[in-house]
Amino acid sequence: MNSASNKIFAKAWMAIVYLFLYLPIITLVVFSFNDSKLVTVWSHASFRWYAALAKDSDLISAVLLSLEIAGLSALMSVFFGTFTAFALNRYKRFHGRTLLTSMSSMPLVMPDVIVGLSLLLMIVSVQNWLGFPERGLFTILLGHALLGTAYAAVVVTSRLREMDSKLDEASMDLGCKPMQVFTLVTFPLLVPALVSAFLLTFTLSFDDVVLSSFLSGPGYSTMPMVIFSRARLGLNPTINAVATVTIAVVTIAVIASSFYTSQQERKRKREEAQAYSNSNK
Amino acid sequence: MAKKQSFFTSLSAGRLVVIGVPYFWFLLLAAIPLLIVLKISLSEMESTSISHMIDWSHGWPRLTLNFGSYQFLATDSLYFKTYLSSIKYAAITTLLCLVIGYPFAYYMARSPKHMQPTLLMLIMLPFWTSFLLRIYAWKTLLVSNGVINNILISLHVIDTPIEMMNNSFSLLLGMVYSYLPFMILPLYANLSKMDMRYLEAAADLGTSPFKAFWLITVPLSKAGIIAGSMLVFIPAVGEYVIPELLGGSSTLMIGRVLWDEFFSNNDWPMASAVAVVMILLILVPMGVYNKAQAEQMEGK
Repeated sequence: MNSASNKIFAKAWMAIVYLFLYLPIITLVVFSFNDSKLVTVWSHASFRWYAALAKDSDLISAVLLSLEIAGLSALMSVFFGTFTAFALNRYKRFHGRTLLTSMSSMPLVMPDVIVGLSLLLMIVSVQNWLGFPERGLFTILLGHALLGTAYAAVVVTSRLREMDSKLDEASMDLGCKPMQVFTLVTFPLLVPALVSAFLLTFTLSFDDVVLSSFLSGPGYSTMPMVIFSRARLGLNPTINAVATVTIAVVTIAVIASSFYTSQQERKRKREEAQAYSNSNK
Repeated sequence: MAKKQSFFTSLSAGRLVVIGVPYFWFLLLAAIPLLIVLKISLSEMESTSISHMIDWSHGWPRLTLNFGSYQFLATDSLYFKTYLSSIKYAAITTLLCLVIGYPFAYYMARSPKHMQPTLLMLIMLPFWTSFLLRIYAWKTLLVSNGVINNILISLHVIDTPIEMMNNSFSLLLGMVYSYLPFMILPLYANLSKMDMRYLEAAADLGTSPFKAFWLITVPLSKAGIIAGSMLVFIPAVGEYVIPELLGGSSTLMIGRVLWDEFFSNNDWPMASAVAVVMILLILVPMGVYNKAQAEQMEGK
């Protein structure tokens, strides 16, 4: 085995995998600027499909609905996910801890069709019993928030684990009440994790088609539902245009958030270092 | 110590809330719905509400169970074939993801340290763009008048378009494409934490790099392999969107059967029975996954 050829092989392997991952995204973007009605045959560059998208009121109202659901469900996910992470990390022993662990990881691994079916059947049972909720925005929201809570719990948990519990103890020794420890110490340290959990669960909700299809009622079509029903019928250049717009927004958001997180991290490290050097004086 | 004591006692109300809120949330939205699925799978089509299932004619509540849906599942060989084919496709997907993802994660973990965050972000970035749109993009690439065929024809590599859509090739490609990051991420997390001194020691003792890889690196990354494989295999068994968009009618996947039972046939008990059997199939790999996760946490 020769290490130079090994290195070339390693680089080639990585390049091919990256190409594989990005090829469809590049195609989507390139062909959104194609003038031809045929999605796959290049004629010449134009913004024709963006103009069509601007007039596509079905798709636009679906995008607005998806944004609304994604924002609300991400908030709910971060809220319940933080609770879950605290329950599982701060309390190592309580009755039914195993049950909570497995329930909270269930939505992560269970196929979407099962989560969607089970939630719908539960909602229908409640409906028969109490007369509400009607299928629509609220029920989609519940489904997405369930899925998001599981993911948010994972993100917050990993942050809680690497956080120094000495800081909590120190602030308690200095006389902080438990609530103050949370608001003054733990919460500020958690903010970057909460931001990334929000973005992740927002994206999950914005992307979901299976849960929404099970849980939505008449008149409530999310963007993925509209795209899915069009993609089933065939290829449609407007989909490329809407894809390019979302890809642009997501890329900017991801880069901005990773920039923000790394900056926060640096700031925190600096402050910690300063605190330690002060205490050693 | 006294301070700590008072901290925990003062928090007992807080403790109740912190544990109670997520408990209530997941019981309502995760556990109870699954029990309802089980219940409805044991009812008849006309009487899916729970009150219909409880028989009061004897003066006390008695649950009437109906195994009709399960009998139908067992007798119609199409269901059996579909379960088998779903497992087959999920297993092939897992294997392909492992074969592609392991070397990738390995090389990524051995890349210069300052490069690794960027390489990792490049894996996550497609993950952030809509999965549905990426699957749709494969459709535009693979169809017979699609981008790949057009390019190959214009380069005179082929004369007639290759059939790449609506078969097991396009299905597997879409599944490997979608699930590959789920394989790479746990493998990378595992491999990047590995203690390189083991490999140095092996080299000092005269082990060839190839042998050291199989005898040291692979066994040490067992937890990552298990986690990655389960994260791919379990959702792949029940996948619906990819077979619907890329698989065509010839590829049998159980997620689609469930969907059709529910949305086309409106047969809720049958859809529930299909779901219950699917859950039973996933239960074993899920147990393996949870056990591996727990072991890894204790090992830390």
